[in-house]
Amino acid sequence: MRRSSDDRTFRLGTGAFAAFVLLLVAGIAFELTRQSMLSIAKFGLKFWTTSTWNPVSGDFGALPFIWGTLYSSILALLMATPIALGIAIFISELSPRMLRQPLAYLTDLLAAIPSIVYGLWGVFVMVPFVRTLETVTPDALKRIPLFSGPPLGVGMLSAALILAVMVIPFTSSVAREILKNVPSTQREAAYALGATRWEAIKVAIGFGKSGIIGAVMLGFGRALGETIAVTMVIGNSPQVSASLFKPQYTMAAVIANEFTEAADELYLHALIEIGLLLFIITIAVNIISRLLIWSMKRRVVAPDVAPVLPAEEALA
Amino acid sequence: MTANLRRRKLFSRVFEILCALAVVVALIPLAMILFYVIKEGAGALNWDFFTKMPKPVGETGGGMANAIVGTLILIGIAALFAIPVGGICGVHLAEYPETKFSSAVRFAADVLNGVPSIVVGIFAYGLVVLPVKRFSALAGGVALGFLMIPIVVRTTEELLRLVPGGLREGALALGATRSRAVFSVIVPAALPGILTGILVALARVAGETAPLLFTALGNRFWSTSLTQPIASLTVQVYTYAQSPYDDWHRQAWAGAFLLVMIILILSIAARLAVRRLERMNRP
Amino acid sequence: MNDIQTESKISVRNFDFFYGPSKVLHDISLEIPAQKVTALIGPSGCGKSTFIRSINRMNDIIPEAKGTGTIMIDGKDVYAGDTDVVELRRKVGMVFQKSNPFPKSIYDNVAYGLKIGGMRNKRQLDEIIERSLTRAALWHEVKDRLHDSAMALSGGQQQRLCIARALAVDPEIVLMDEPASALDPIATSKIEELIYELKDNYTIVIVTHNMQQAARVSDRTAFFMLGRLVEYADTNAIFMNPKEKMTEDYVTGRFG
Repeated sequence: MRRSSDDRTFRLGTGAFAAFVLLLVAGIAFELTRQSMLSIAKFGLKFWTTSTWNPVSGDFGALPFIWGTLYSSILALLMATPIALGIAIFISELSPRMLRQPLAYLTDLLAAIPSIVYGLWGVFVMVPFVRTLETVTPDALKRIPLFSGPPLGVGMLSAALILAVMVIPFTSSVAREILKNVPSTQREAAYALGATRWEAIKVAIGFGKSGIIGAVMLGFGRALGETIAVTMVIGNSPQVSASLFKPQYTMAAVIANEFTEAADELYLHALIEIGLLLFIITIAVNIISRLLIWSMKRRVVAPDVAPVLPAEEALA
Repeated sequence: MTANLRRRKLFSRVFEILCALAVVVALIPLAMILFYVIKEGAGALNWDFFTKMPKPVGETGGGMANAIVGTLILIGIAALFAIPVGGICGVHLAEYPETKFSSAVRFAADVLNGVPSIVVGIFAYGLVVLPVKRFSALAGGVALGFLMIPIVVRTTEELLRLVPGGLREGALALGATRSRAVFSVIVPAALPGILTGILVALARVAGETAPLLFTALGNRFWSTSLTQPIASLTVQVYTYAQSPYDDWHRQAWAGAFLLVMIILILSIAARLAVRRLERMNRP
Repeated sequence: MNDIQTESKISVRNFDFFYGPSKVLHDISLEIPAQKVTALIGPSGCGKSTFIRSINRMNDIIPEAKGTGTIMIDGKDVYAGDTDVVELRRKVGMVFQKSNPFPKSIYDNVAYGLKIGGMRNKRQLDEIIERSLTRAALWHEVKDRLHDSAMALSGGQQQRLCIARALAVDPEIVLMDEPASALDPIATSKIEELIYELKDNYTIVIVTHNMQQAARVSDRTAFFMLGRLVEYADTNAIFMNPKEKMTEDYVTGRFG
């Protein structure tokens, strides 16, 4: 029948384009691995534990970049998460109905600002501010490794601060969705037992716990991959240090800065291998966070009804 | 009221206030960024900025004409393949939403969305730059296109699903084939929303810097060639920002202002359009 | 526990209720006696749920909702300015149509009201939890798995858990909004038995769309229709000898 063969062509035709997306992800993984083979072959696992980064002698160790990426992202997460959750709670549970849309829109606007603009603001406004902060830090405090280092302004603290601002809208918008999906009967049960407003909110958060953790992890993934804003304020100096004030380096930043300078293939492959690690880490974080969010949404569906695959929510 | 109750009510109040404070704390950097961008950028935006080329290092004046055109060309290339690929993929997901294949594709699109843009840049480098050993506008456009695809996929799928199912049934009942029904009835119904979604995606990738650093590279001169490196607003701002020249800093702010304005306008337009579409579909 | 009082436990006078501009309850007046089961019946949408939720001020959560008139519990106006809503809700427990246990253990569910009230002593908690689960006729089924998740229980068990949870904070009144409507007949009859046993210690107000249920468990019955109280009398009288024609039509199944 003409109808069914057209149906089939339609399905296969559109399906081919859909398959392209799958291939794309696989392609990136494949290409990254292929283009880092020299480095993988030469350094093996030592690549991840060595700190020397010497393009001249051909010795490459990515530890400082891994450290810088994780440290800055975790710091950012520590600062951003309470604020993002506070915003999500305020917008979905506490604010008057009229304010909800505008507030949501404003926080989402933070996500739309390009990182180069964050970087620009970071360099010309935030870094001088952090520099003043660093200069006025009392010497006694400066002796603690956490606060040691030259008052340059650029460094871990500036990077973490800027990352925190960039992460807030991501976590907050997903957390908002999660809270919206918590059935109101949960809060009602709490109120009926004599709970205060905050206690009822805690019950809702408890119900959506896995989804909220997923939202936090999504923000983490965002921080891990941020390049431009970070490289403009972190100082770009490869060292493993607990100090907030010392300039450091991240995986994304070193790729951005040194890619076009890589004179020989090994150098390039070393940089691409760092890119490969970044790819793997961010995908893993992304997958875990989506699974958490999905598992929470499943719970909302009645237990005696077969769970329907949830439509993915729109993220900023 | 017992002491315990008084304490709990106090706690509740305190936390409510803290949440409100969180909103304020988040809005402060937003306000600051917008303030500085407008203050430093709007002033530096002049006719020269749009029409002149960059001056040699050290000389003041000039503009970002090549960078503006470069960005337009780059997002043009990106749109050229991201829209059909992402759009048709979105159509498939909307028409067959529950299959295992669709779930896998949706998952892949979301994964792709989370991949750092610099990594996508490396991929485009390997694909387009390495084989011909040359940086090019094409490579930059391809990188941006890959970044656009997941956004277009999700927007298209969501908006197509908003179209009331009765429309498809009506078309099929009149004897239309599946492809006819979808492409001549359903997609047009969702088109305004899809288009604005695409515009928002374009604005988003127009703001990307990292993937262009080693694909399109950058160019101090005028170029519209696809096979040569090309300037872009973002990379130019990046370069100027890191320079020691005040005049270049001024121009960097101007570029930032332009970027933010474009994104603001497009995102407002998108919101209004989607709301209009939803209202049209509500009986 | 209270001796039988001649004064009503809950006294409602000229109570109106509005959702925004529309009036959903009209001039409700009734006296609900202590330690008896009072049933509210009527076709769906007639306002019985709204009414029952006004007693413990659950409607306060909805922004456009507003009630006027008086609802008094033990002579004190529930809507008075100095009434503490949190305290009120501890005194007036509620069980909902669809059971809504928290995604915690059985133990933690029942303990919830106590813990937020500040009780920390484990022995005290254990005691009260056992007592509440026993009163809700659930103890024997769960005593060996108190720390299992409440979500693993069946629908009927979950509802009894919710009842135990409500009882744990030692309320004087228990409001039930169609507590068995989502349950199978066996679970339903267990709940009905439970209600019968509970009335010795609590004043119970139950909303139900199931007339036979009302006839089985309640002492007094109020018939609501379109937001008005049509008739209120002893259950036997309502079902055997209704005074109003509308009541007679409803209970004989002519509509509804």
